[in-house]
Amino acid sequence: MPQDKPINTSRVKLTQKQYQQFVSSRQPKIRILHRAIRAFIAGGLICAFGQFLIEMFMNVFGMDRNLASSATTATMILIGALLTGFGYFDKIATFAGAGVAVPVTGFANSMVSSAMEYKREGLIYGIGSHLFALAGSVIVYGVVTAFVVGLTVSLVR
Amino acid sequence: MKDKRRGKQTVQFSNPPRIVGTHTIAGALEARGPLGQHFDATAKDGLYGEKSFEKAEAKMMEDAVNEVLRKTANLPEYVDYFIASDLLDQIVISNSAAVKFPIPFIGLYSACSATALCSSLAAMLIDGGYASKVIIATSSHNSTAERQYRYPTEYGMQRPPYSQWTATGAAAALIADSGEGPRITFCTHGKVIETGLTDPFDMGGVMAPAALDTIVQHFEDTSRGPDYYDLIVTGDLGEFGHQLLKELARDQVNIQFPNNLSDCGIMLYDREQGVDSGGSGCACSALVVFSKLYKDLCEGTISKLLLVATGALHSPTSCHQGEPIPSIAHAVAIER
Repeated sequence: MPQDKPINTSRVKLTQKQYQQFVSSRQPKIRILHRAIRAFIAGGLICAFGQFLIEMFMNVFGMDRNLASSATTATMILIGALLTGFGYFDKIATFAGAGVAVPVTGFANSMVSSAMEYKREGLIYGIGSHLFALAGSVIVYGVVTAFVVGLTVSLVR
Repeated sequence: MKDKRRGKQTVQFSNPPRIVGTHTIAGALEARGPLGQHFDATAKDGLYGEKSFEKAEAKMMEDAVNEVLRKTANLPEYVDYFIASDLLDQIVISNSAAVKFPIPFIGLYSACSATALCSSLAAMLIDGGYASKVIIATSSHNSTAERQYRYPTEYGMQRPPYSQWTATGAAAALIADSGEGPRITFCTHGKVIETGLTDPFDMGGVMAPAALDTIVQHFEDTSRGPDYYDLIVTGDLGEFGHQLLKELARDQVNIQFPNNLSDCGIMLYDREQGVDSGGSGCACSALVVFSKLYKDLCEGTISKLLLVATGALHSPTSCHQGEPIPSIAHAVAIER
C-alpha cells in the first residue's frame, strides 16, 4: 500500500500516497456503466440460452428438471471449454466481461486456459497441478462457505 | 582511480565502443506494426517451429546472435563475452541460448531495461580494456511472459486501458572496440525507485519516476540538456507512462522536452493493434533501437540518441503478497 513517506527520488517531491493519487487521477478511466451494460446483455443472453437448453432437454429429451439442469450445466461447460480452446473466449470476454465470467462458462474458461498454458509441462506438473490454479479459490471458498452456512442453519434450527 | 566517472551515476567512455552489427527477429504482431519493414526477420507464429513458447524464444535469441556473428564476419571464438537478459525465471531463455555459444557468458536481469543494461555493461568491459568484442542479446515473448507475471493467455478478462502488451521478439548486437558503427559514448545507471504502487497492470505509473530520475541525473552528470539529443526514447513506459513522465518533468523539475521525447512501447505498435497503452518487455526497446534507430544513426537521420530503458523489478510472488513494485531506468547515449 502506498504510504505517507516520500518517493525515494529527489526529482519527484511527492509522498507515495500523493503519487498514487496523481497516477489514479490521470489513468484512462474504465467506463464502468458501459461495461456493466455489456455484461448485463452478454450474461442475459447466456442465461437465456441456458434456459433454452433446459427446456429442450425436458421437452425434447424427456428429462426431469434435475437431470435437465445437470445436462445444461455440462453443455455450457463444454461450450466454454471449446471456445477457450479455439481462442475465441478471451476475445468474447474482452467485450462481455463479467457476463461470461460469472456463469459456469467462466469456470470452464479458467480451467481450460490454465490447462492449455501448462500442457507443455506434462500431465502431472503441468495440467494436473495447474488445472485448478484459477478455479481453486472458487472451489475452496465455495465449499467452506456452504459448510459454514449449512452448519449455522442447522444449529439455528 | 575512477577517472571515467562523471557526476554521481554516469560513465564517459574514453574510446567509445561501436555497435558494429545488429539483428532483430520480431513476432507476427510486431511485424504488422509501423516498424515492420525495419526488422530483419519475422517469426510467423508464436512457436517458431519449436515445441514450446520458451524454446521458441530461446531459438529466436540464438538465431539473432548467429546472424549478428555472420553479418559481422565473426566466429564465436573472436568474441570475448556474451551478455544476455530476458524476463523469465532464472533468465532461463538467456541460459538456453548461451549453451549454443562457446563464449564466456554473463546473464543479467533488470526486467525490461535489459537493452540498456546489457549495452552499457558491454561498453564498460570494452572501454575498460577487458574485452574487444562483446555480443549482447535480449528477448521477450508474450506467451512466456504473461503466464509468469499475470494470467494464462486464453483467460477471459478485461484488461485495464493503461495495461501494456509484452512484445514478442529477440535482438542481438555486436559491440566492439573497432569497426564502423554508432558509438556508445555515455551510460548512466539508475537507482532503484519505489513509488509504493502495487498494480502489475500499471507499469507506466510504476516506472515513470525512475525514468525521470535517471534522465535528470544523466543531464546533471554530463552537463547536457533536454535539447542536446535528437531523440530521447524511454524503453516501455507506454502511452500512459509517457504522459506521466512529461507531466512530472514539467511540474517537478521544470524540464520541457522540445518534442524529442518518445517511447519504444508507443513506436512499436499502431493504436489499432489492440495493445492498450503500448508495448513492453525486453524485446520492446531492443526491436526498436536495433532496427529503425540503429539504421537512422548509421545513415545520419539522427546523430544523438539517448535510450532510457525502464524496468519493473517485481516478481509474481512479491505481487501476490501485495508488495510495492520497485522500478529502475538505465540510460545509454548512442552517437554517430
